[in-house]
Amino acid sequence: MRVTVNGQPHETAASTLAELLSELKYDGTLVATALNGEFAPKGQRLDTRVSEHDQIEVIAPMKGG
Amino acid sequence: MSLNLYGTSITSRLLLGTALYPSPAIMLESLKVSGAQIATVSLRRESGTERAGQAFWSLIRDSGIRVLPNTAGCKTAREAVTTAQMARELFDTPWVKLEVIGEDDSLQPDVFGLVEAARILCADGFQVFPYTTEDLVVAEKLLSVGCEVLMPWGAPIGSGRGLNNVYGLRSLRAHFPKVPLIVDAGIGLPSHAAQAMELGFDAILLNTAIAKAGDPVAMAGAFAAAIGAGRTAYQAEPIEARDMAAPSTPVAGIPFWNAQDA
Repeated sequence: MRVTVNGQPHETAASTLAELLSELKYDGTLVATALNGEFAPKGQRLDTRVSEHDQIEVIAPMKGG
Repeated sequence: MSLNLYGTSITSRLLLGTALYPSPAIMLESLKVSGAQIATVSLRRESGTERAGQAFWSLIRDSGIRVLPNTAGCKTAREAVTTAQMARELFDTPWVKLEVIGEDDSLQPDVFGLVEAARILCADGFQVFPYTTEDLVVAEKLLSVGCEVLMPWGAPIGSGRGLNNVYGLRSLRAHFPKVPLIVDAGIGLPSHAAQAMELGFDAILLNTAIAKAGDPVAMAGAFAAAIGAGRTAYQAEPIEARDMAAPSTPVAGIPFWNAQDA
């Protein structure tokens, strides 16, 4: 199934957001997520289903003003 | 005297950004020398295998400074709300520097989107620091939806122009004497910051003026001194400017003065 992660196309077998993050090797890193423009809380990633054409954002802390 | 921001008491009146420094070491030293107790941070897509965000966060977390996450780059209320929600989870704070940008050249706030996003976020328990203009009506609306701090711009972000609209900022201060007002953006020189503090603003938020200076650490010290001086001057109640001269040296007993000359 094809999804978009941080603006890039990505082919995945993951069915949940948690599985997708593991597949992308984000385990152990501090990231926040959004699914189709809506915040997807960390505590709900195991239950958050990922579907064809979903837009996923994986966001980390960054310097800012 | 300390400044109270959503129940948090701070003694430094300089809030400092964490971007644009020549190196992480210079950023940390600048933060230290500035005396800032609050640093702004942001969120971005975590790129590739570098995981740059993780390293940055380790530095900031270990410094012990309180963070104020921003929603920089967001152009709609919806983007800003989602970004704020992600920031709250990442940084474990209800604080958010709310930016909804309406125009690319000036990075001017979209005040309509700003008020809408602030309304949603305040209702959701956020403690919102809105980056706004000096517009009094917008300020009133931000306060009415739950903001307890306002952050009017001095000039466009990164422009270093200082206070573009002194009259407007003075009016804002006069209309909201009890609301913490932080001048955010456009400050280029310590004298700009001192001017804002002399007008009675409660604090200054800046980034570029220190980070892009030839010697950021020295400039951090200069800003800290200027902001302290400006605050003290405000508390000391400056004199009113006047058009005509008024002699400071006593006139009585002046030598060579004769009554018939009067």
